[in-house]
Amino acid sequence: MEIFDALHLARLQFAFTVSFHIVFPAISIGMASFLTVLEWRWLKTDDVAYKDMFQFWSKIFAVSFGMGVISGVVMAYEFGTNWSEFSRIAGNITGPLLHYEVLTAFFLEAGFLGVMLFGWNRVSPRAHFFATLMVAIGTLISTFWIIASNSFMHTPQGFAIENGRIIPVDWLKIIFNPSFPYRIAHMTVAAFIVAGFIVAAFGAWHLLNGRRDEPVKRSFSMALWLLLVMTPVQILVGDAHGLNTREHQPAKIAAIEGLWETEKGGTALTLFGLPDMKAEETRYAVRVPHLGSLILTHSWDGEIRGMKEFAAADRPYSPIVFWTFRVMVGLGMLMLLTAALGLLLRKRGRLYETRWFQRLVLAMGPSGLIALLAGWITTEVGRQPWTVYGVLRTEYSVSPIASQQAGVSLLIFVIVYFMVFGMGVYYMLKLMKRGPTPRADASGQREYPGLSNRALDALEGQ
Amino acid sequence: MQIDLPVVWAAIIGFGVFVYVMLDGFDLGIGLLFPFFESKSERQVMLNTIAPVWDGNETFLVLGGAGLYCAFPIVYSTLLPANYLPLILMVVGLIFRGAAFELRAKARRTRNLWDLAFIGGSALAALCQGIVLGSLLQGIRIEDGKFVGGAFDWLSPFSLFCGFGVLVTYAALGCGWLILKTDGELQRKMRLLMKPLVGVLLGAMGIVSLWTVIGLPAVAQRWFGSGNLLWFLPVPVLVLACVWGVFRTVRLEHESSPFLLTLALCFLGYSGLIISIWPNIVPPSLTIWDASSSHTSQLFALVGTIVVLPIILVYNAMQYRVFRGKVREGDAGYH
Repeated sequence: MEIFDALHLARLQFAFTVSFHIVFPAISIGMASFLTVLEWRWLKTDDVAYKDMFQFWSKIFAVSFGMGVISGVVMAYEFGTNWSEFSRIAGNITGPLLHYEVLTAFFLEAGFLGVMLFGWNRVSPRAHFFATLMVAIGTLISTFWIIASNSFMHTPQGFAIENGRIIPVDWLKIIFNPSFPYRIAHMTVAAFIVAGFIVAAFGAWHLLNGRRDEPVKRSFSMALWLLLVMTPVQILVGDAHGLNTREHQPAKIAAIEGLWETEKGGTALTLFGLPDMKAEETRYAVRVPHLGSLILTHSWDGEIRGMKEFAAADRPYSPIVFWTFRVMVGLGMLMLLTAALGLLLRKRGRLYETRWFQRLVLAMGPSGLIALLAGWITTEVGRQPWTVYGVLRTEYSVSPIASQQAGVSLLIFVIVYFMVFGMGVYYMLKLMKRGPTPRADASGQREYPGLSNRALDALEGQ
Repeated sequence: MQIDLPVVWAAIIGFGVFVYVMLDGFDLGIGLLFPFFESKSERQVMLNTIAPVWDGNETFLVLGGAGLYCAFPIVYSTLLPANYLPLILMVVGLIFRGAAFELRAKARRTRNLWDLAFIGGSALAALCQGIVLGSLLQGIRIEDGKFVGGAFDWLSPFSLFCGFGVLVTYAALGCGWLILKTDGELQRKMRLLMKPLVGVLLGAMGIVSLWTVIGLPAVAQRWFGSGNLLWFLPVPVLVLACVWGVFRTVRLEHESSPFLLTLALCFLGYSGLIISIWPNIVPPSLTIWDASSSHTSQLFALVGTIVVLPIILVYNAMQYRVFRGKVREGDAGYH
């Protein structure tokens, strides 16, 4: 096996570009719903701090959305340039799903994004809220189509094969394939958690630097409430997703667990170890008896199939997924702990004054993104050696291109991405560092409640 | 009677690509005209004329790509690998251009660099689009639905000349757009530039036409051998009429006619290309029916397209209406 042949370079390029890409939609999806809640609260309470927060976070959203669109275009073209055989063979199904995603995104951009970002003075507050709501719903519909396409690649059904191509037979079955409900729930909640930790870390940073105005405190508090709900939900969803994967992609589970033999009478959980694909063993394994069965089958002695049950050519590369999975789960537990500590401090009324906790939250800021990437790597590397699981192998999906082409374009993308998206991220961080413009005058803070929006807007307009 | 879905989809994508060329053509053209105008305020006005609309224009490229992928996956899986490098460079050009648009306003020290990225990105994207067009016209080697040519099949004097042709086309569209959207000194300069640009454009169109007729027997056969010449004849006649019209309306200082006539010129060139290759979608051998996805795929995707496409078009038209009128120095940009 050549490491730097066109296939591996194309895989590397896809992994690189999609990893960069997914960061931005995840932030956008979470942020759009957050913005909807903020504007709803503002309309409901007339409390202008919510409007300040909205206007601040909508700037972050705009940058992230833009970066997501640009990096998404690259993904769409890569299907043709690098994965033309995949497009030819599976395009009958993934094509229309992707097309629907683009139509949704278009509809969004055309109709409501402009109003949401630039339309404050042109439409009524209610119409503006409607635009925001539609943007949030739009991001979720986009997620729906992309995850439908991805889930089909993991658990394909509702298709036939004619002349060597995958032909759709039943669109409902294709879209609502067995792993789809778990995958979309897992991804959507993940996007909320990603945005939640970014907002919380933003609050923590400003609290640590002495700001105590309402938009900062409230961002911190709202994000921690969200995380308190979402992290346990995510753990439950992830657990259910695991059961589903064991049923439909047992080789992936075996690779994640670093499990080689199918054991009778209950399988242990390997906490840590070094899976070795050649020796067909997991070295230095630290194992907890029965825990594997308990987690993956919810029973004391449920059977989990080991990797040796699958032909060597059909096994995913365990050393990667074993570790990315543990990074994801480990971070998930830390997230739960962070959210729970937040509740504890809140009960004691010390949420805004506990510096060690704020430092913890600040450090956890990127944890949502890291866990998201780790999770995606687990599921995508775990699908190998297939692009469409059990139907189309990755090695038969690649374009008939030379390794030089794939190599040069990879190099170009690495350089361009770090330059362009580096600037985008830098700009987002700069915005967050500045924070929302406080409406307070130099001497102190303005009381937000009680002042009507019209009065404030009039002041601002002068 | 069953509707011939591949024809419907070819029409939708043909329409989408033309809308893209029309809209992104003039805003890429602004980038191409940038080097001729060095003053900061003039550049700002030029940018402000397209600031509210450029990203909407560019999204038609995405729609075209996604439509192609779902309706004609074989085109996707042959045309794209065959034009690997130009397409990657086109995307890179568009990334730089888009980023320059967003970040130029926020930068101070690096503004000149972002201007350079804007010019370079626009030129690279336009050039690469022309090269892809040229490589499509000269034909792509396909066997069994797969691309079987080499990594540099796209590179030829003809495809490079097509790249040049698209550069000139976009520059002329941009110039016409600016005559429409500006006034005073800037508008006067644009009028001066318009005539040579359209003259060169006519020359480029003539050379590409001759080149294809002489170099590609299939094209010559289509125009001269099929007995339909009389039907096709209005195309070159109208081209000449449009060029004459541009010269005349620029001299008479019309506001919008030069731009509209240049658009008409593009449309005629585009229809000439379609006459040359129809019903192939990838010459020399792949027809729209060979390249189609399955009937159910095309039908499924068509439902959503029929609902959403008109809404997008209406909204786009409204956007141009909202931002109609001249842009002047000192007007607030959208940043």
